[in-house]
Amino acid sequence: MIQEDLEKIRLQAKEALENAKTSEDINRIRVDILGKKGALTGILRGMKDVSKEDRPKVGQMVNDVRAKIETRLEEAQKEIEEKAQELRLASETIDVTLPSRRMKRGHLHPNTVALREIEDIFIGMGYEVVDGPEVEKDYYNFEALNIPADHPAKDEQDTFYINGDMLLRTQTSGVQIHEMEKGRIPIRMIAPGRVYRADEVDATHSPVFHQVEGLVVDKGITFADLKGTLAEFAKGVFGEKTQVRFRPHHFPFTEPSAEMDISCFKCGGKGCSFCKGEGWIEILGCGMVHPHVLEMCHIDPEEYSGFAFGIGLERIALLKYEIDDMRLLYENDVRFINQF
Amino acid sequence: MNTPLSWIKDYVPELECTDKEYYDKMTLSGTKVESWERLDKNCEKIVVGRVESIEKHPDAEHLWVCEVNIGKAYEGNYTKETDGQDGKLPYCIQICTSAQNLVKGAVVPVCLNGGRVAGGHDGSPLPEGGIPIKAGKMRGLASVGMMCGITELGSDESMYPGSTNDGIYIFPEDQAKDLPLGSDAIEALGLHDTNFEYEITSNRVDCYSMLGIAREAAVTFDKPFRAPQVMVKHEGPKDTKDCVTVDIEAKDLCTRYVAAICTDVKIAPSPRWMQRRLANFGIRPINNLVDITNFVMMEYGQPMHAYDFDKIHGGKIIVKRASDGETFTTLDGQERKLDSNVLMISDADRYVGIAGIMGGQDSMITDSVKTVLFEAATFNGTNIRKSSKRIGMRTDASAIFEKGLDPYNALAAMDRACQLMEELGCGTVAKTYVDVHEELPQLRRIPFEPEKINAYLGTSYTREHMLDIFRKEELVYDEAANELVIPSFRQDLKQMCDLAEECARFDGYDKVPSTLPRSSATIGGLTPMMHLQDGARDIAMDYGYSESETFSFESPKVFDTLRIKEDSPMRNAIRISNPLGEDYSLMRTSMLNGILTSLGTNFARRNKNVKLFDLGKIYIAKQLPLTDYADERPQFTLGFYGDGDFFDLKGVLEDFLAFVGIKSKMECRRSSLSFFHPGRQADVLIDGRVLGFMGEIHPDVAAAYGMSGRVYVAQIDLKNVLEMASFAHHFEGIAKFPAMSRDISMLVPKHVTAGEIEAVIEQRGGRILEEYHLFDIYEGSQVKEGYKSMAYTMTFRHKDTTLTAEEVDKAMKKILNGLENLGIELRS
Repeated sequence: MIQEDLEKIRLQAKEALENAKTSEDINRIRVDILGKKGALTGILRGMKDVSKEDRPKVGQMVNDVRAKIETRLEEAQKEIEEKAQELRLASETIDVTLPSRRMKRGHLHPNTVALREIEDIFIGMGYEVVDGPEVEKDYYNFEALNIPADHPAKDEQDTFYINGDMLLRTQTSGVQIHEMEKGRIPIRMIAPGRVYRADEVDATHSPVFHQVEGLVVDKGITFADLKGTLAEFAKGVFGEKTQVRFRPHHFPFTEPSAEMDISCFKCGGKGCSFCKGEGWIEILGCGMVHPHVLEMCHIDPEEYSGFAFGIGLERIALLKYEIDDMRLLYENDVRFINQF
Repeated sequence: MNTPLSWIKDYVPELECTDKEYYDKMTLSGTKVESWERLDKNCEKIVVGRVESIEKHPDAEHLWVCEVNIGKAYEGNYTKETDGQDGKLPYCIQICTSAQNLVKGAVVPVCLNGGRVAGGHDGSPLPEGGIPIKAGKMRGLASVGMMCGITELGSDESMYPGSTNDGIYIFPEDQAKDLPLGSDAIEALGLHDTNFEYEITSNRVDCYSMLGIAREAAVTFDKPFRAPQVMVKHEGPKDTKDCVTVDIEAKDLCTRYVAAICTDVKIAPSPRWMQRRLANFGIRPINNLVDITNFVMMEYGQPMHAYDFDKIHGGKIIVKRASDGETFTTLDGQERKLDSNVLMISDADRYVGIAGIMGGQDSMITDSVKTVLFEAATFNGTNIRKSSKRIGMRTDASAIFEKGLDPYNALAAMDRACQLMEELGCGTVAKTYVDVHEELPQLRRIPFEPEKINAYLGTSYTREHMLDIFRKEELVYDEAANELVIPSFRQDLKQMCDLAEECARFDGYDKVPSTLPRSSATIGGLTPMMHLQDGARDIAMDYGYSESETFSFESPKVFDTLRIKEDSPMRNAIRISNPLGEDYSLMRTSMLNGILTSLGTNFARRNKNVKLFDLGKIYIAKQLPLTDYADERPQFTLGFYGDGDFFDLKGVLEDFLAFVGIKSKMECRRSSLSFFHPGRQADVLIDGRVLGFMGEIHPDVAAAYGMSGRVYVAQIDLKNVLEMASFAHHFEGIAKFPAMSRDISMLVPKHVTAGEIEAVIEQRGGRILEEYHLFDIYEGSQVKEGYKSMAYTMTFRHKDTTLTAEEVDKAMKKILNGLENLGIELRS
């Protein structure tokens, strides 16, 4: 009797489960069969009519059916959930090609980008990056650099003066003097900063621009060291294949002095419109620190020597990023800056 | 400075090189060639021809038909090798021309069929590739080639005295008779030449001359240098000493004055070779006397002046300073204002020239001159430079004098000029010169220290190699003293390092090894300020700001534009005494103008939602006028328009200050800066110290920069920030015990600020107060008049134990009591 009822319940459950479509259907079946008033519960309630000796056996049978039904219920439930999830996920498909939302991070000024490249190279070679005053004393901008009063170079540089003694520095070279006066040797430093010359603004001139001064002072520093160091710099900024060429030049505060050209990075030195057919591009001025300059900083030129160089930061930025007009650097149009 | 290569070759006769080789080698040995120009560029197949017949063109009013004899047959040029029996001359071609200056027998340059000329004859700029010449017909008659005018050959009538730009160039008869027909006409015109332009550095005064450049070329190419052989006959009946006395009153401004009298002066054109030298250099030949002074100036780098001696009063030359307020009429007819620092040449009665700059009208040379007084002097370069600037007149002579000349050169140049006077038959040189000078400086001696030179350069030149270079440069080695004797023209050579450069540049900078310093290791890195600035860059960029850079100087008008109060210290700006203009005359004392100008530029260009930051410095004078260094203070300036408001900007500043390790809370205190919106601005403080300001730009100020809508700017002083910043990190553990939160909702009198409420919360919350934040604020009809509704969440946590409700209640009670004191009512 009970066996038949159980079988009936089992089949009934099976059939109901097969038709179940939602979690609610499953729940209803669970309540109908396993709930307090459910069919199987009913049978258990009828156990009191079963003989004592049969009770374990019947109980076992009921439990088996219950376990089976529960398993089936769980399976069905899982199936339905999976199906439902599948449907939900399918319905949630997005157009991955729709436009993104971006934080739109800001951009660095090209001068900063170029300066960081230069700084990285020299910091890697053990150079300190130092700062110096822009409103400078005549002594540091000229006299201590072997440019005495009445030297024609003073006129050539179109200096902005504040008064007789104070001026806007025309070169970062004065930082050399400040560093040497500190009396700490060895010195390996670069000094980036603003410099000022009375040039009207045009595509290649600006009354305000930046230089990166370099100075090394120690025992046994040679002109060959200067060449090697700046060749490394050129490779670092313009690529491993960059060749350098040193041309004799004159600066009052270095001797020997040189200008350094790099092989044109556009044509590799063959000559193109970018380098005006030269194959070479002028990059910086440099030289061995003039012994008289060392002496004025109380450094004995018989014991120590050094080299110095001055890089035009804008020149590097303009060349490297192929910016054709210097004025763009100081207009700050975001359509320009955001390309860096 | 520029030089025709042919002139250089006069002194370095063995020099053989292409233009490119010359350019490369000279540049790499230190005489930088800026550019060069071939004078015969695009002149091809141009020969000497003779006009054998000339007839009117039958069908054209202004055309002439010429038979031109070109001496021999040229392929494609239709010459007839006849014996003349058919009435035609041998080797003649027919050319039609519109030139009106031809006559039978004229010898002219002829561009053959298939050749090329430099340009047209209308004076327009020379075309890049020249103009090709082809045989053709003119009004029906064959015209095989072209007879050339001087401009068609790339030159100008002023360079060939007697020629005109309008007609065909006709060789002067004395030259024509020696020119074979069919020979190279460009050669005959002296145009197979290249003019090189150099950048001469200020230390090489000697290189502002042909001889100086030629010496460099000789050493560079390792060829002998041949200086001109100068011998003056001094045949004059007169003696300069008897004619003129020279008195140098201003001894500090004139080291040497050499005077020479030349009698029987005959003004005539200078010889062709001299004309060509000057012309190829770009100097117009005038007459023998002027050309000689120009020639010597270029050759020796020593300006000369020639006075008409008959107009020099009293046989006296006095070199002295002018007096303030005097005037003088220079030979260009201009009246010049003088002052007591202008050096003058005077005769017994009056000034006859401004020393080293220009002579006077009264004593200038005319064609009727009989006796000339030549002047070769050494004036103080600085004085000449400054005088020429003040007077506003820079001449070829002053440009050379201002470099500071070698006094030895004055006599050498005088000799050369006098020799040329004699050779050219221009005049008779007097028996002697008057040569006035103090004792001339001794020739400099530098010890020869080859080891030091090699140690300095990192090279291994042999002693002999160095001496060889020095010898070629005319440095004399005194073996006994082991010293090098430096010639007077090399004023730049003073010590060992100068000699080292000579070795390096003539052996080649490229051959100097390339090494890295082997000295002691050093640790590189940025300064703390640079780290701080990089931190500012990171934060600003994260928030979408891009970096701008602006000029450090600005207009004094900026203060009014920014509505800066008259007594504001911001107006105490450092003033540039010689600015590019008023708009660039003050060193900025704030970053406002810079950032607003940049924003305004973007606004005008319709760029939307622009956010900029700037790390530039402001320049604060410790006292004015400036006697010592200014206080240069880097600022962190942010500005934007478009999306966002005050509190977005405030958040960037808070994040920045936290990022650079400042633990204290940033405080905004309402301020009253005139360039901001009166109700939307604040000073930014940490621990009660003002670091800067922020706010919404006053609409009038924004409008002045061309912007409408709201514009926000903040400026933080990084020197102040740096004193508080720390890049040290310290881990404080992660909270282990649970937190408890309480919300309060309040009715707050309108005048009470969030800052005041938060001060109470912080003060009274005790150590267990972990965090709080405003989560709702409302003002409006549902809130009673004069009040606003605000709601805060507070989170409490104890580091070491689980908090009890009682502890939190106690803290909350303290807070609420405090808030009630502000007149705040709790909402239920």
